[in-house]
Amino acid sequence: MAAVSQLQRQFIEYTTSLYNEGYLDDQYTQLQKLQDESNPDFVVEVVSLFFEDSEKLLNNLATALQQKIVDYKQVDSHVHQFKGSSSSIGAQRVTNVCIHFRNFCEEKNLDGCLRCLQQLKHEYIQVRNKLEGLFRLEQQILQAGGSVPMMESICTSASTMSSSGKLSA
Amino acid sequence: MSMEYYEEDVPHVLAVDDNIIDRKLIERLLKTSSCRVTVAENAIRALEYLGLKENQQQSQFNGKGAKVNMIITDYCMPGMTGYELLQKIKESSMLKDVPVVIMSSENIPNRINECLEKGAERFILKPLKLADVKMLRCQLTKC
Repeated sequence: MAAVSQLQRQFIEYTTSLYNEGYLDDQYTQLQKLQDESNPDFVVEVVSLFFEDSEKLLNNLATALQQKIVDYKQVDSHVHQFKGSSSSIGAQRVTNVCIHFRNFCEEKNLDGCLRCLQQLKHEYIQVRNKLEGLFRLEQQILQAGGSVPMMESICTSASTMSSSGKLSA
Repeated sequence: MSMEYYEEDVPHVLAVDDNIIDRKLIERLLKTSSCRVTVAENAIRALEYLGLKENQQQSQFNGKGAKVNMIITDYCMPGMTGYELLQKIKESSMLKDVPVVIMSSENIPNRINECLEKGAERFILKPLKLADVKMLRCQLTKC
């Protein structure tokens, strides 16, 4: 059906742009590989967990940075969590802000931290909107009776280091 | 080192991670690789599951712990770290032969060496991918 192939084309274009613009990286593709008929909602489930967790972390960060005496270890611990979860779902831009944020925590730089928090909120909201858009497109394709195209490896980001085995003494 | 498997030759893996997203990911990765998975959200819970209490000597191992073929744990966790968990496991006569894999988002050579010297089977960088888990699975069945 023309409608389905148009939606599928839209989906491919949209997904490609998300990877090209650095919103998503290869880890998101990894998540998709874990979805199948026995676990058809895996990606949405993980991403929903990420949304919930992120909103909690952003609130915790705002609170921690508002204290009279800021506990930078605590702030860093929240950012570390955020870095981990964003990295695990492939939300590359969010992860990158977290990296800068941790540097400011180490320096106990309040201004830097506050700026990063704003950036973090911004990047999080962006990726959330993009992913929700992606999920909506998927639903439209499925409702029109089509199947969602599998994006094998369309990311253009540099590959990250993966596992290291035993190091010889 | 011989592996005793659960019925049907399905390896049982205990995954320990304080991050809820990572727990979901590791669980799915392991299940996709045909493993039976138990997840724990911190090292203390993991030790309890294994039948080891934090302040007990190995002689007080209560023998009621669950049987696992591999433990995969995050390094950075509040309270007891993955490294400390690794230590406890290697100090236990009942558990010391269970392979322990450490995961970390940070590529710090000192950390890696420390863990491998303590007896970790492998050190894997996060985020975890299907290829990482397939490699571990292969190791478990010595394929």
